[in-house]
Parts: sequence; structure tokens; C-alpha cells
Amino acid sequence: MTQAHGPAGAAPATVHGHAPTGFIRKYVFSLDHKVIGIQYYFLALTAVCIGMILSLAMRIHMVWPDASIPFFGAIKPEQYLTLMTMHGTIMVFFVLTTAPQSGFGNYFLPIQIGAPDMAFPTLNMLSFWTTFVSFAVMIAAFFVAGGAPLSGWTNYPTLSAIPMAGPGEGLGEDLWLISIALFCVASMMGALNFITTTLDLRAKGMTLMRMPLTCWSWFITAILGLLAFGVLLAGGILLLMDRNLGTSFFVPGGLVVSGVPVQHSGGSPLLWQHLFWFFGHPEVYIAILPGMGVASQLLSTFSRKPIFGYRAMVYAMMAIGILGFMVWGHHMFMSGMSPYSAFAFSFMTMAIGVPSAIKTFNWLGTMWKGKIRFTVPMLFAIGFVSLFVSGGLSGPFLAQPAIDIPLHDTYFVVAHFHLIMGVAAIFGIFAGTYYWFPKMYGRMMNDALGKIHFVMTFVGAYCIFMPMHYLGMAGNPRRYSQFTEVKYLAPLIPIHKFITYAAIITVSAQLIFLFNFFWSMKKGKTAAQNPWEATTLEWTTATPPPHDNFGGVTPVVYHGPYEYSVPGAEKDYIMQTDPTPVPAH
Amino acid sequence: MGLALLLIIWLITFLSSYFFVAHTWWPHAISASAPYIDHQWHLTFIAMGVVFIAAQVALGFVVWRYRDHGDAAKASYSHGNNKLELTWTVLTAILFLGLNAIGSPIWAAERFHSADTGAMKVEVTGLQFAWYFRYPGPDNKFGRTRPDLEDASLGGLSALGVDSADPAAKDDVVSGVLFLPVNREVDLTLRAQDVIHSFFVPAMRFKQDAVPGLMIHMHFRPEQTGDYEIACAELCGLGHYKMHGIMRVVSEQEYDQWLAAREADKQ
Repeated sequence: MTQAHGPAGAAPATVHGHAPTGFIRKYVFSLDHKVIGIQYYFLALTAVCIGMILSLAMRIHMVWPDASIPFFGAIKPEQYLTLMTMHGTIMVFFVLTTAPQSGFGNYFLPIQIGAPDMAFPTLNMLSFWTTFVSFAVMIAAFFVAGGAPLSGWTNYPTLSAIPMAGPGEGLGEDLWLISIALFCVASMMGALNFITTTLDLRAKGMTLMRMPLTCWSWFITAILGLLAFGVLLAGGILLLMDRNLGTSFFVPGGLVVSGVPVQHSGGSPLLWQHLFWFFGHPEVYIAILPGMGVASQLLSTFSRKPIFGYRAMVYAMMAIGILGFMVWGHHMFMSGMSPYSAFAFSFMTMAIGVPSAIKTFNWLGTMWKGKIRFTVPMLFAIGFVSLFVSGGLSGPFLAQPAIDIPLHDTYFVVAHFHLIMGVAAIFGIFAGTYYWFPKMYGRMMNDALGKIHFVMTFVGAYCIFMPMHYLGMAGNPRRYSQFTEVKYLAPLIPIHKFITYAAIITVSAQLIFLFNFFWSMKKGKTAAQNPWEATTLEWTTATPPPHDNFGGVTPVVYHGPYEYSVPGAEKDYIMQTDPTPVPAH
Repeated sequence: MGLALLLIIWLITFLSSYFFVAHTWWPHAISASAPYIDHQWHLTFIAMGVVFIAAQVALGFVVWRYRDHGDAAKASYSHGNNKLELTWTVLTAILFLGLNAIGSPIWAAERFHSADTGAMKVEVTGLQFAWYFRYPGPDNKFGRTRPDLEDASLGGLSALGVDSADPAAKDDVVSGVLFLPVNREVDLTLRAQDVIHSFFVPAMRFKQDAVPGLMIHMHFRPEQTGDYEIACAELCGLGHYKMHGIMRVVSEQEYDQWLAAREADKQ
């Protein structure tokens, strides 16, 4: 298992062939994991732009309900809910699941373990194009009669099961479910590929415990994806059947919606919540684990120090992965679920704080007595740690059902998950982008623009999401399009205005990133093969890497991924492929 | 850059912490169980607040203290320390699981037992986009409801589809305002007629989803008179943001008068 793919090993058939030359095979229906990784990245980049514009429209509508917004016009309450639903869905699935795992993972997992490609290149292509179709179907929901659904990214029945329950719950809702089902299929195909590649295609000497923590994070995330997406797929199909084939999995009898009796009986709305959150909570870790991997990689590289507690980091990620499947009920403390089960879910949720804390301590330990280089990717990695702490520490409030009573479904929750699975994960994506851009495009991104982008985004994110805790404590419910009807919310409107201003500035700052990204692709400073003086395998090969990643050579690995500042060594880093011995540890 | 980062991280930390404590964000609490919930909040807040400030201050300090000075000295070569790993694993486990152990009895007291005998019954029904409150009247029994009789446009008993053919329904009273006597335990039955709603009374520190197909029993006790707002906390459709109501807590005597007047209206 540890050296499955030697020079004589059975490599994927396509790898031995020459790189395809036609445009379609090279850039569109490519089997090359690097091209597919970039395709995923650009899909996520498109999605994040749409998701961000939706959030901006929402923020503006919330504080100026009658304002006319370019492209959107004056937003009605139901349109607000549509924007919110699509914002959440697009961000969670097509950005946070897509960019860090399918994007960077596809591009760099094979290279970092010394493989010529993913284990199943055709399956890889198929998973990308299925994701693409899924995204197209999701966007199409905006343009059908009734528009996109308004039932939130969690899509609770019966609101989502009965077309009369609201605008957008007709064809738009069906498209939403079809899109998500396709996404689940694509993610499971991708997960299989990641798992097989990690287990079977590691280069000689690349034992599991010599893998970079990025590879560990992609590997564990893939296992989570394989186990979680199947459950959401089942839930999605059942809900489609309830809506279109007259079944009653989620709809009980005796309902009257908009004055019309509903012809269903015997279903349970809570069943959906169990299925959804059995997927939904691991999904949180699917979004954040790759960010943890990237942060670990970068904190070690730019502190010029080995990662503190490599094994503890691996075990912590495994523990998070396993516990992540046992905590879904903490989303349902107020749902009418048995109050006794809340005990178990609460206990497991508090327990998951332990491996999360271990990771934070180890990140601080990695920087301790280091020699920190403030490159732009490092700044985002440091920002990741800060945001992970801030977002993580609101978890133990919500994990205790007694405190969750007043906080559930308020802005406190919005603050919590945005900081940790939204902004922290996005910081992981930014860190990865600035770090690997030179390897992907052969040019450096602009440093000054990167630093301005970091400071504005870091401060901006805190200005947006920190005040949401205060709103939540004051009892401000989520998913309200206006704060004018419930009287105790009116005094909170100035805080909402502050958040909207902060959002406008922070979103504007992303234009700096977009400019830097596209400008640097063409005009950036030419990158050396190993510009960051890092140790992992992607920096041993040409920039950008050749079709088979290592130009016909199969790398041999001699030690772990973080040999920085080894005493007596000539330089302050020793590549994984460098046979120079390092002290035992 | 190290100093700039330190200043930014510390400033964010201190400003965030300051605004948490500079203002009383929580609504004034009036229920019997609120002090326990608020106490657990404060305990968790202090614990997490200390960890938050310590971690962020340490992060700012470390990035500044160990910045690259551009000299020839190498960073320290260390792959970690198992004793430290064990120490912080045990300490965080004690902190998190300890908080959980302290908080669990509060939840148990809230939700593990039903209302006291003699508690007054009120049925809470959510429908797009209003709350209706039904009182069983002198017989202390709710009349039957039938979905086919529901007509929200008529309001009152008709909105809930209360079947007037049922003798128990004769004295049922339906109100758009939740009238409650002070200092009396209330036995709530939560229902929803169309989609999921969530009955949220911030001043009571109370929230519970009302779920189609379920009759959920809850209980609480208001201890101060006054008007308190009820909001809907579960996304229920386009009017979610305006689905609200009033809980009016009055003296026992005023309550009896109100109920008697409503009963008289029915005759």
C-alpha cells in the first residue's frame, strides 16, 4: 500500500499517452487532473461572484427595503428569500465544497503524492461535467416561472414539499432538487477517485504518514463526502417523489396550505431534517478540512519550521471526521425531536471542540520560535487561524441545548457558521490561491495588491460578522427580509446598516483580488520552480507541471513534508525527494 | 507587517469583546427558567471569552515576536511535544465537557418533564403568517379540529377549523393575543397547519418549532406583567418577517375578566 505506484506499476492508461493537442480534449473534455482542477476552480470562482452579488443585494434590501438595486430592481420579501436560498446553496455547494476539495485537491493531490494523474481520469472528467450541469440547472431555477425556491439552503418540508406554500416552490424547487441530486452524484464520484488515488498511487517512499497535511485533509474530506452525499441524494429523491409522484415521506396528513387541503398523509417533516443534517453537518467539515490542510502546510512553510505535532494533526482531523457524523442533531434541538437525544448530540458536539482546539494549539506551536515570512498566502493562513478561533468559540454556546433555546435560528448562528465555514474556509481558498498560483500559471501574483486584499477582507469580515453575535443575543431571527414589523428589532437597524456598509466595502475589495488574479496570469513576475522554498513534491517539478506531472520521472520520497530549519543542513529546507538524512523524531 | 498584524488582531479582539459587554443585548427576562439559562450563558461566555482573548492575543504576539528578521539564524527545529499535546487535550476536554455537564440539568429541567398539574392549557397554532391562541374554556378540554373546516379568512375559531359540533368546542376561545396570568404555569400545545413555524418569545427565553403533524407539549411560567413580542423563528414563507404576535401577561384577576368577557362574547 505504501508504494503502490513504482515505475513498473500500473499507471492509468491515459498517462502514458502524450498530452492531447486538440482544444476540446485539452481544455474542455480533458482527462488531465490539473485541467479539471482549474475547471473546478473557475466554476467556483463564477459561483462565488454570483453568491456574493446575491448577498450584497440582500444586505441592501434589509436596511433599505424600498431601494431599487441595479439588475434586481426593488426587492420584494419573497425575492429576498429567493436570494438568500440561492446565496446559501451556491456558496455551500458550488464554492465551499467545490474550490478547496475538487479544485485544489484535483490539481495538487496527485502531484503532492507523486502520482501522474488521478486513479480514474475519465471518472474525474465525468464528475466535473456533472457538477457543471448541476450548476447550470441551479442557475436555471432563477429563470423559470415562479423563480428560484425560497425555502433556504436547508430546504425544510413542508415549505419545500408543497408547491402552493410559496412562490418559487414550483418548478424552481424541482430544479433545485435535481441540481443537488446531480451534485451529490458528482461529489461521490470525485470522492471515490480521491480515496483510490490516495491509497493506491503514492510514489515510492510516500508513506501515509509522510503525506502533506493537505493530502490528509483531502483524503478525509473525500471519505466524509462519500458517506454524506449519498444520504442527501436519498433525501432529495424522496422529496422529489413527494412533490411529483404523490408519495408522503415528509408531508403529514391534515394540512391546509393557502386555503387548499393538501392530499398527503403519514409523512414526517422531521425525517427530512435528520437526512439533511446527517449530510449537512459533515458538509461543514467538508468545507473546512481542506482549509485546515492548507493552513497547516502554509504555517509550517512560512514559519520555516516543521509542523508542530504532525501525528496529532492527522488524528485530530480523523476525530473531527468521525465525530462530525454524530452531531447532526444539534441543528434540531428546537425541532420537536426527543429532548433526551439532545443530551447525546450536545455531548458529542462539545467533544468535537477538543480536536479543533488541538489543531489551533498546534498551529500556534508551529509558529512559536519560527522565522515567519509575511507572504500573502501566509497572511491568509494566519487570518484563517484567527477566524477559525472566533467562529469556533461560538460553537459551544449553540451546542448546549439550554443556551440554544434563545439563540437558535438567530443571527448568532449566522455569525457562527459564516465565520467558521464561510470566511475561514474562504481564507483557506485565498491562501491556496496565492500559494499555488505560481505553480499553476508560472507567474507570481502581485504582492502589494495581495496585502491590501488581505487587510480589507480580514477586517471587513470581522466588521460584518462580529456584530451579528450581538444581534443574535438581542433575539434577531434569521431570514427576515425586513426589521420593520417586529418592534423589538427596530432599535437594531443601525447595526444592520453598519454590517451592510462593511459588506459593500469588503465585497468591493474582492475586485482587487479578481484584478490581481487575471492580471498576474498574463503580466505577473515569472515564477521560479520553487518560489516559496517549500519541500513538497509539487515544487520539485517544472512550472507549470508537464502533462504527466514529473516529465517521465517517478519521484522517490525520503522523508516527511515539513523538514524546515534542520540543524546542520545547508539550506533551511530539505525537499521530500532529497536523500539527505534528517534527525530522527 | 508583523507589528501591523499584531495591532489588527488585537484591535479586532478588544473591540469585539468590548461591544459584547458594553451593552445589555439580551432582552429583559421574565420567565421562571430564564435566570438558569442566562446563568449558563454567562458561564459559557466567560469561559469562551477568556479563551477567545487568550488565543487571539497569543496569535498576534507570536506572529510579531517570531517574524523573520532577515538574519542568518535558523528557526527552531521541533516536530512537537507529546506532553504538551496531552496537556491541552485534557484541559480542553475538561473545559468543554465540564460546561456541558453543568448546562445539561438546565435543559433537563426545561424539557424532560411535562407541565405541573393544574397548569393552564393554551394551544398555539402557527399558520402562514399568524399565531393563533386557543383556550379550552371552563371544561378545560379543547374541541376537535378538522382541516376541511379551516378558513383562515374568517379568523378566530374558523381559522383553526374548530368543529362546533364537538361539545368540547363550545367554550373554546381563540385569540390573536396570547393573554396569560402572571406567575402561573402554562401548558402549551404547539401545532402548525401548513409549514413549520417556530414560536419564539425572547423575553421568556423560549423557542420551540411548531411542526405540521405534531402536537408538541411545552411549558413555561411568565413572572412579570406586560406586553412581550412573539416572533416566528423558522423560515415559513414570504411573510416570515412579519409573522409576529403579542404575549400579554396580566394579573390573575384581569385574566379572569378577559376570559369571561370572551366567553360571554360567544354566547
